[in-house]
Amino acid sequence: MGAEVIELENVAYSYGGGELLSDISLKLQAGSFHFLTGPSGSGKTTLLKLCYGALMPTAGEVRLFDTDVRTMERDDIADARRRIGVVHQDCQFLDHLTVADNISLPLMVSGRDLLGESANLKELIGWVGLKARADALPPELSGGERQRAALARAIIMSPDAVLADEPTGNVDWEMSQRLLRLLIELNRMGKTIMVATHDLALIRAAKSHVQARVLRISNRRLQLAGADL
Amino acid sequence: MKLDFNRVTEFVMGDAQADRVVPPTGFTASLTVFSAGAMAFLAVFALALSMATGRLADRWGSELARSSTIRISAPEGQIAAQTAATLKILETTKGVASARALDPDEQRALLEPWFGPDLPVDTLPIPQLIEVVEEGEGFDAGGLRLRLSAEVPGAILDDHTRWRRPLVSAATRLRMLGYISILLIGAATAAMITLAANAALAANTQVIGVLRLVGARDSYIAQAFVRRFTLRALTGGAVGTVAAGVAVFLLPAAQEDGGFLTGLGFHGWQWLWLLVIPPLAATVAFAATQAAARKTLKDTP
Repeated sequence: MGAEVIELENVAYSYGGGELLSDISLKLQAGSFHFLTGPSGSGKTTLLKLCYGALMPTAGEVRLFDTDVRTMERDDIADARRRIGVVHQDCQFLDHLTVADNISLPLMVSGRDLLGESANLKELIGWVGLKARADALPPELSGGERQRAALARAIIMSPDAVLADEPTGNVDWEMSQRLLRLLIELNRMGKTIMVATHDLALIRAAKSHVQARVLRISNRRLQLAGADL
Repeated sequence: MKLDFNRVTEFVMGDAQADRVVPPTGFTASLTVFSAGAMAFLAVFALALSMATGRLADRWGSELARSSTIRISAPEGQIAAQTAATLKILETTKGVASARALDPDEQRALLEPWFGPDLPVDTLPIPQLIEVVEEGEGFDAGGLRLRLSAEVPGAILDDHTRWRRPLVSAATRLRMLGYISILLIGAATAAMITLAANAALAANTQVIGVLRLVGARDSYIAQAFVRRFTLRALTGGAVGTVAAGVAVFLLPAAQEDGGFLTGLGFHGWQWLWLLVIPPLAATVAFAATQAAARKTLKDTP
C-alpha cells in the first residue's frame, strides 16, 4: 500500500436543498480494493462522482493525487481524470464510433499517437474478450460486452485508479464473475479499484480472491460494512 | 498580438481523430452553410453599394467643386452683349482657369432628357449658360457676384454649392449605410451561427459528458465544434461571395449618360475586397462558436 490516490475528508454533498452525503471520510490508497455498497438511492454514484471530480463537495475536502479539487483548474481536473478510469453504470459511449474507437477515446483526447498505441489497443481489446466486436457500434453490443468495453476504455491510459459504478448491474452471473476477475487482475497489477454495487453476492465472491474493504452508505454516512460481508 | 502560424495551420488542417468525436449534425450544418452563404451574398452587395457611392461622392465632390455656371437671363437682344461682358469680366477674375459660353447644341443636349430631342432651342427664351472652370483655390464667389450684379444685371452665378452639398452628403451617407449594413450582416451572421452552435452543443450534451469522463479538456471539446462551424462558414461564405460576385459582374456596365445604379459594382483592385469576405465569415463563425462553446462548457458541470 502506498500514498492516497483519492482522499475525502469530512465531505458533504447537498442537492436541491437536501443533504445526500454527510461527513464522509475516505482514503483510497494506491493498490487498494474497495467495494461501496448501500441501497439504491443511497448516494453511491454521487460519492463516486465526488471521487473523480465530476461533482464538487458542498463541505469538506476532496483531494485527487494530493491536490484539493477546489483549487484545481478545469484542465487540471481533466488531467486528473486521465489518471482515474471510470466505468459508468450506463457505460456512456459515443454511439457513432466503433467499439475500438470508443475504447481509444481517452488516447484521442489526450493527443496520444493512435498508430503507436495500436498494438496495446488490440491487446486490450483481446484481454476484455471483444476482439470479434471491435468494429461493431455500441448499440450492437450486449450488456456484458458494453461493460467490458467500458472497462477497457477506463484502463487504456493505464490509470492509477479505476472507479466502477454498478459494473455488473445489467449482466448475468457468469458475466459479472468475468468482469470481477478482470477488476481483480487489474488490482494485482497495482491499480486502485473501487466498485460501487448493491450486489452482495458479487462482494462475497470477490473476498475469496482479493483483500477488499467493504464500505456501506447508510443514512448519508459511510461505514465499514459488517463481518457478514 | 503575435499570430501563431503553427496553431493556425493545426486548426485548419485539423485532427482527423478529434473531428470524429462529434457526430455529424444535420440541420445545424445546413443552417450554418446557408446563413454564411446568404450573408456573404448580401455583404458583397453592401460592399458594392459602399464602393459605388464612395466613387460617386468623390466624383461629385471633386468635379463639381472645380466648375461653376453663369446664367444670362436677359431680353433677347441683350443676351449676346451681356454674355460678352461676362466673359470679359471672367478673363480678369483671379482663380478662373477658363470660361466659355455653351453653344446651342450643348444647351439642347442639356435639356434633351427633359424635353426630348426635337427641342427648338432657337425659338425658346432659354437663358445663355457660361461654363466656368476654376484653378488653384478657385475664385471669390461673393466678389464675382457683386461685380456681375453691377456690370451685367442679367448674369447669375451658380457655383453649384447649393445642390452639390446635399448630393455629396447623400452619397457619403449612403456609403456609411453600406458600411453599417456590412457590420449588421456580420452581427447577424454571428447571431445565427451562435444559435446553430448552441443547438449543436445542446444536441451533443451526452458527447460532451463522455468526453469529459475520459479526460478531455474544454479546449479540446470546444475545438471539435469550433473547427466544424468555422469551416462550414468558410464554405458558405465562399459560395455566397462567388455567387454575388458573378451577379455584380453581370450588372449592366456604367454608361456616360447612365444613372447611378449602372455604376454599382467594383472597379479594378476593388474586386480584391471579395477575397476578404469568406475569411471574415469564418472569423465571425470562429469567434461566435468559441464564445458559445466556452459558455456552454463552463455552465456544464
